[in-house]
Amino acid sequence: MNSMPDFKPITSPISEEDAKALRAGDYLLLSGELFTARDAAHKRMYEAKTSGAALPVKTEGASIFYVGPCFDKDGRPTGAGPTTSGRMDAYAPLLYDCGVRATIGKGDRSPAVYDAIKRNGALYLCAIGGAGALYAKAILSLETVAYPELGTEAVRKMRVKDMPVIVGIDSLGKSIFASHKS
Amino acid sequence: MKEISFGEIVAAVRECVKACGRLTPSAKCALEESLKKESSPAARFALSMLAENAATAEREGLALCQDTGMAVFFVRLGQEVHITGGTLPDAVDEGVRLGYAECGWRASVLDPLTRVNTKDNTPAILHVELVAGESLVMDFLPKGFGSENMSRLFMLTPSVGIKGVEDSVVEAVRLAGANPCPPVIVGVGIGGTAEKAMETAKKQLLRPVGEPSPDPDLAALEKRCLERINALGIGAQGFGGDTTALAVHCGKFPTHIASLPVAINIQCNAMRLGHIEL
Repeated sequence: MNSMPDFKPITSPISEEDAKALRAGDYLLLSGELFTARDAAHKRMYEAKTSGAALPVKTEGASIFYVGPCFDKDGRPTGAGPTTSGRMDAYAPLLYDCGVRATIGKGDRSPAVYDAIKRNGALYLCAIGGAGALYAKAILSLETVAYPELGTEAVRKMRVKDMPVIVGIDSLGKSIFASHKS
Repeated sequence: MKEISFGEIVAAVRECVKACGRLTPSAKCALEESLKKESSPAARFALSMLAENAATAEREGLALCQDTGMAVFFVRLGQEVHITGGTLPDAVDEGVRLGYAECGWRASVLDPLTRVNTKDNTPAILHVELVAGESLVMDFLPKGFGSENMSRLFMLTPSVGIKGVEDSVVEAVRLAGANPCPPVIVGVGIGGTAEKAMETAKKQLLRPVGEPSPDPDLAALEKRCLERINALGIGAQGFGGDTTALAVHCGKFPTHIASLPVAINIQCNAMRLGHIEL
């Protein structure tokens, strides 16, 4: 595809150094381990943390992908693109403060999330909303690790290879979004 | 009088929901055109991904987008049709249940308050219009909620006129920003009651992308709205760029002397449609 830019390969969990070196607008091919979580799982994790209970996943250095995949009868993912990140904004600062290094979703974030990203030297990565088939193909394996009763909204450990994303907000709080450019 | 059986409807719906794996031909053309014109590298990246995604989904039987939507059906039911063996809503739900499961599409529907998932993507949403004749025609619009969440209803005062309508449409898209997965298709319903305006807005999404309204005033309004929306610079995925909307489709319905309702229903880039005629 002639419109495709130069991608940097990057491995998740993303190191502190890698996170700090990336800039908004960088194109990445992300490989490694992610955790999936969207609306319902975030609510539960937030409630767990604020009531003093343990989180169901190790957050230190982790990448959280905002996705609710769909699966065929044999459990293979048939679609796995990002959902709107803004709905997770109420919960995201706490998770960044618990060591999450990157979140992956679509759409812009609230000022509180920008602050949390800067405070923690973290990242917000944008996947392309609507490209569910391509992201499904980047998945090597999936394993449910928490809240199985939530169905598509369960927390899963996902291994991916060469998942195309763009740095939406970098560790300095710089943004790719049009609304921040003017 | 024509009889259509419950089973025929179930089978047709079950087949029809395969449409979640295909970008409509007019949306594909509009996407390719926007890619040719796009000047922003990040937006070109997004548009290229979407074009490749559409080809991949179709080739490999995957979902165009993992949000395979709530299953919305616009139904035109001939008054001479007798449905035998069960009700129309039950038949549609059964078709959705079977079709979504066998395609591997997502069960996204739940109780709004308890948030307990129905696990089979039912119930479907039905808009039934009774018409003359003895056919049953259904348009299937799987509606993702990143875009549905950006719907807006303005109950304008009549004094603002068509300029007020235009401003409201542009404002709704501006406020939606990156959230509805641009480039979007903007459905606009003008007039009616509150719910009729929104239904009219959603119905405009059934039109081939970019096909102008047959009403010359509405066609001109669509053109003006589209120019202003694309001048916002939101661009594909909100990355900044030349194409925020692929099209604006306006429809209207008579309204009350006291009001000028305008509903905006946004369709994301994953434009999928199915069609049934029995």
